Amino acid sequence: MGISKIWVFGEAAGGKVTTTTLELLAKARELADTVEVVTTAGGDIAAEVGAHGASKVLNISGADSKLAGPTVAGAIAAAVAAGNAPDAVMLATSYDGRDVAGRLSVKLDAPVITNVVDIAERDGALAGVEPVFGGTTNVITKFTTDKVGIFLVRPKSFAAEESGGGAAAVEELAAPDLGASGAAVITNRFVEEQTGPSLDDASVVVSGGRGLGEKDNYALVEDLSKLLAAAPGASRAIVDAGWVPYSYQVGQTGKVVKPNVYIAAGISGATQHLVGMKGSKHIIAINKDPEAPIFSVADLGIVGDVHKVMPKLIEALKAR
Amino acid sequence: MNVVVCVKQIPDPADPGALDPTTKTLKRDGKLILDESDSYGVEMALQLVDTAGGGEVTLVSMAPNGEVSGIRTALAMGAAKAVLVSDDALGGTDALGTAKVLAKAIERAGQADLILTATESSDGYTGTVPEQIAELLSLPSVTFAKSIEVNGSSAKIQRQTEAGYDDVECPLPAVVSVTAGVVEPRYPSFKGIMAAKSKPVDQVGLGDLGIDAGSVGWAGGGQEIVEIVQAEAREAGTVIEDDGEGFQKIVEMLAELKVI
Repeated sequence: MGISKIWVFGEAAGGKVTTTTLELLAKARELADTVEVVTTAGGDIAAEVGAHGASKVLNISGADSKLAGPTVAGAIAAAVAAGNAPDAVMLATSYDGRDVAGRLSVKLDAPVITNVVDIAERDGALAGVEPVFGGTTNVITKFTTDKVGIFLVRPKSFAAEESGGGAAAVEELAAPDLGASGAAVITNRFVEEQTGPSLDDASVVVSGGRGLGEKDNYALVEDLSKLLAAAPGASRAIVDAGWVPYSYQVGQTGKVVKPNVYIAAGISGATQHLVGMKGSKHIIAINKDPEAPIFSVADLGIVGDVHKVMPKLIEALKAR
Repeated sequence: MNVVVCVKQIPDPADPGALDPTTKTLKRDGKLILDESDSYGVEMALQLVDTAGGGEVTLVSMAPNGEVSGIRTALAMGAAKAVLVSDDALGGTDALGTAKVLAKAIERAGQADLILTATESSDGYTGTVPEQIAELLSLPSVTFAKSIEVNGSSAKIQRQTEAGYDDVECPLPAVVSVTAGVVEPRYPSFKGIMAAKSKPVDQVGLGDLGIDAGSVGWAGGGQEIVEIVQAEAREAGTVIEDDGEGFQKIVEMLAELKVI
């Protein structure tokens, strides 16, 4: 089976295509001759996705107050039923991407290969590479039927790169009536004020974990972040404990980060966490347990009490 | 109001995981525990039933060998009963197959006003099952809920987004996945633990649910693990014991990298 056409779920925020969408486009055009974007974001994104290799924007209009999951999956499934099927659909492991993939998988009665960091051809079929056990092992899974292959791809798996293409042609993709499945309506959108750089873009990330001891000590992470113009992050343990919001979470669940420098304070380095940060260029870890797995990925590891090392570090940086 | 909560019993995440060399899937032969991710859905369900002033919480789970230890934990928290699906034919079942089984088990659990799940499990983390269940049951769904407020036949839900959150109005019944950490799961009391031992667990197989064994398990997957390879390891760095001056090493490295 040759791969001729791939659809990429195009996500945008504030009229700008998300970086992950552009990353997916880079990989898609490496795999297939024809790459098209399915979106609810409108034709305005045609120039940007065109420059990244998409020849068409298939836009589902009138979906502003709808959740992407049932709407986009419904439209793709209807197109497939009408004979306009891609070989594969690539979606980001994002809130909406996972919703669409789940709904679509039922509609097509086809599996989703999830948490993929690479896609390749194996025995003529598309296969996904999924890291497990903290990224020490890769599991390669291929589709065994000729149904549309659905891939959920982790952010930062590929480098976004312009292809030099012109603006994509815009076509309408019809969304069928969804009945009860599509009955949820977005009534309000809240953008939480974000100060400083985001986990996605920051060149330095400082994350805290359970080793901080208590919620108030997260201030150490925030103070150090401010001094380094870093984005503050967190392990799953302290997010689950309610110390910081979910949006801070770095790991399997949460954000995948690849900053220039990652500082892990009081984080032992559970599999869950390592997957989200081991792609960082330089890793510094502070933990009192010399056996902590975080030291296996650290370029510089300080075995010590985070309550002693962090305040001294902060003082030293302030004094510079 | 009646709430069904889908729960998964998983190998203790504190134990190192391993892949079965023959089946190439995660070994699940040891003792299983309630996935911590699911404790938030159980807590949310108990609070909603409490607020509504009536109804009960029913658990739905799929596990090998009739495993109930994780279910007992959730029953001890206050759930009334459970439906557990166990069947040898379920080995190797993927996320879509799991959703097919859970959807049937949810129907067996009785009329539900709300079906809660975690956003993803802590061992498989596909994160697709909640939407797959919703689609199979032709229900609306909201994933990554931060809060749920039920008003009669609809719910107002705050859904986590990249930028903040959305208010979503959703008619019931619906499937809602609950973000970890948004409520504080209660610890089972001694009384709760004792009571859980005698709460009903409806143990069923695929036949009881009218599911064709060929549509789940290895055969039903439509995917095949072709290879397991070692990932490129990071080169080990320098690890030093803090002698009170350890922070200096960090300062030096940050300076070298021109971060400061």
